[in-house]
Amino acid sequence: MSEKYGELLVEGKNIVKDFKVSSNALKQPMMRASNDVSFKMYKSRGMAVVGESGSGKSTIAKMIAKMYAPTSGQIIYKGRDIQTITKHADLMKYREGVQMVWQDPFGSLNPTHNIFHHIARPLKIHKKVTPGNKKELEEKVYELLDQVGLNPAKETAAKFPHQLSGGQRQRVNLARNIAVGAEVVLADEPTSMLDVSIRAGVLNLMQKMKFEREMSLLYITHDIATARYIAEDLSVMYVGHMVEWGDTDEIIHRPQHPYTQLLISAVPDPSKSIHTKLEGNKGEIPLWTPDSIGCPFAGRCLHATSRCKDEMPEVKQLAENHFVRCHLHE
Amino acid sequence: MTIPQISIRNLCVDYITEAGDVRAVNNVSFDIGKGEVFGLAGESGCGKSTIAFALMRLHKPPAFISGGEVLFADDEGKQQDILQLSDGEMTIFRWSQMSMVFQSAMNALNPVIPIVDQFTDVIMRHTNKTKYEAVKRAEQLLQIVDIHPNRLTDYPHQFSGGMRQRLVIAIALALNPKLIIMDEPTTALDVVVQREILQKIYALKEEFGFSILFITHDLSLMVEFSDRIGIMYSGQLIEVASAKEILKNPYHPYTHGLSNSFPSLTGPKKELIGIPGNPLNLLDIPTGCRFQARCTRVEEVCRTKENPLRDIENGHMSNCHLAVAGESIGIAEVTTA
Repeated sequence: MSEKYGELLVEGKNIVKDFKVSSNALKQPMMRASNDVSFKMYKSRGMAVVGESGSGKSTIAKMIAKMYAPTSGQIIYKGRDIQTITKHADLMKYREGVQMVWQDPFGSLNPTHNIFHHIARPLKIHKKVTPGNKKELEEKVYELLDQVGLNPAKETAAKFPHQLSGGQRQRVNLARNIAVGAEVVLADEPTSMLDVSIRAGVLNLMQKMKFEREMSLLYITHDIATARYIAEDLSVMYVGHMVEWGDTDEIIHRPQHPYTQLLISAVPDPSKSIHTKLEGNKGEIPLWTPDSIGCPFAGRCLHATSRCKDEMPEVKQLAENHFVRCHLHE
Repeated sequence: MTIPQISIRNLCVDYITEAGDVRAVNNVSFDIGKGEVFGLAGESGCGKSTIAFALMRLHKPPAFISGGEVLFADDEGKQQDILQLSDGEMTIFRWSQMSMVFQSAMNALNPVIPIVDQFTDVIMRHTNKTKYEAVKRAEQLLQIVDIHPNRLTDYPHQFSGGMRQRLVIAIALALNPKLIIMDEPTTALDVVVQREILQKIYALKEEFGFSILFITHDLSLMVEFSDRIGIMYSGQLIEVASAKEILKNPYHPYTHGLSNSFPSLTGPKKELIGIPGNPLNLLDIPTGCRFQARCTRVEEVCRTKENPLRDIENGHMSNCHLAVAGESIGIAEVTTA
């Protein structure tokens, strides 16, 4: 991909992440949650990561947020490897630029503080207002609440989290991202706990933030239809591997990896029938370890050959913005 | 006309709370035919699960059924009101006639008991079968849901999420019920597993001929799986129609709003409109239509007159005052570049 997509903000290069799966220090069995994952996130562009639970979607977001360090590989933010960011001042700067939105809007706000506190705190910590100037702080908080559609702002600010609905709470979380002027928003299933009628509003707000504030959005989800709505790029993950990525519509309409085909054939859609045949599925999801070999999907794939079981496929570029990791395309 | 498997008539369920009494289910009436899949959709807190619990008579104070009838057709085709059954009769009725797959079925299994005992417990509680017969039946049931019978002695944690879901469905099938209530049966599962399970349920329904009350908040899935769908809003049933009709030709603005709230996987990209405002607080119910505060078409009559569910055309029912036969709201043609 070239610079035609705008300014490159975050780039992942061959990221590997291993986790210990046993507390027994002698055995030390490892599980590979992310294997050779590369991606690029651009300004004012959304990248959706889809896949089943346990496929390593959240691990990627948590590594970008510096909650985990990659075992190997690099995450580059504006030209700098984020592992080299260690000084407090630099870390603050990084956290200002890269913010997260969590799945559970009920757990991510402190129940003992009102909404004003939740918005004012990041403003104070990141020195977005003159310290001690109460009036400026208030105005800023109300302005932010207004921007995310929580009006009347003054009344909302006085409320506590339990007085808001799930959708309103998620709007508070998004207001916090805007407050610090985040350039990259990592949203981990931000709408999966919201009702459909509320979900649309939150999706539209994120869409607005993406375009008007030129944010780069990482949208983690298992709902491919909303991914299509909000993200220009789509990455499909399977057992810690990115198996196919590129232009969202291209992948949804012409999936090339057998796993993507299976996934898309399973997505509920009103125009489909319940009898829609699943595009091939057998076997169980494997546990990937550092010693595992071959294609992770080989055990379930209808087209698998002996080569698929022994050899990890290389990345193949099918179009300008369409990549796949599958022996069928070599 | 054949009598439906179950007829719910004017069902009301109240919760007594410190802030006042709340009518969580208000005058709800619908039928489910033999072998039919009836979907019940709506936002959280609209009363879907409360209805499911009321049909099984599982409510405990502070919730109680305050009115209505639930007529269930027995083998001879006679209808009996299950709300009038004594506790002893209800124990016999429950599971043998009507069973339930609970929400978060993954957690519905007891983690410290091998699954064989969880099968035999149900079977022996509701029938006179011996332990040996019950184990034999459990083996059959496992085969029905494609799990090898030699896994009967395993514990729930030894199964994957999808297998646990199938186990719970197998337990629901144990006594060949005529109606199975499925309350969000696949919500915690991945899409691939979800589709496998639903296809399995459908095949079992075809084989054994039971009816299903299917509850979910995933409308796309519901349209695929159900024959008819009822949409609920703040304790009331506001629209009932066939699955094919309901999103295409809705008569209620809420249903119309829902159909514009979720993106589609294929076809042109539409802008999602959503529904402004928030669900109704059941402690503060306005006069007239309950949807008036969020409705874009609201008129004077909506604020003053009650709006019972009525037949608009050919069994397509809606409680909207403004609904006129042949003039459904349709899907808004808003497209984005």
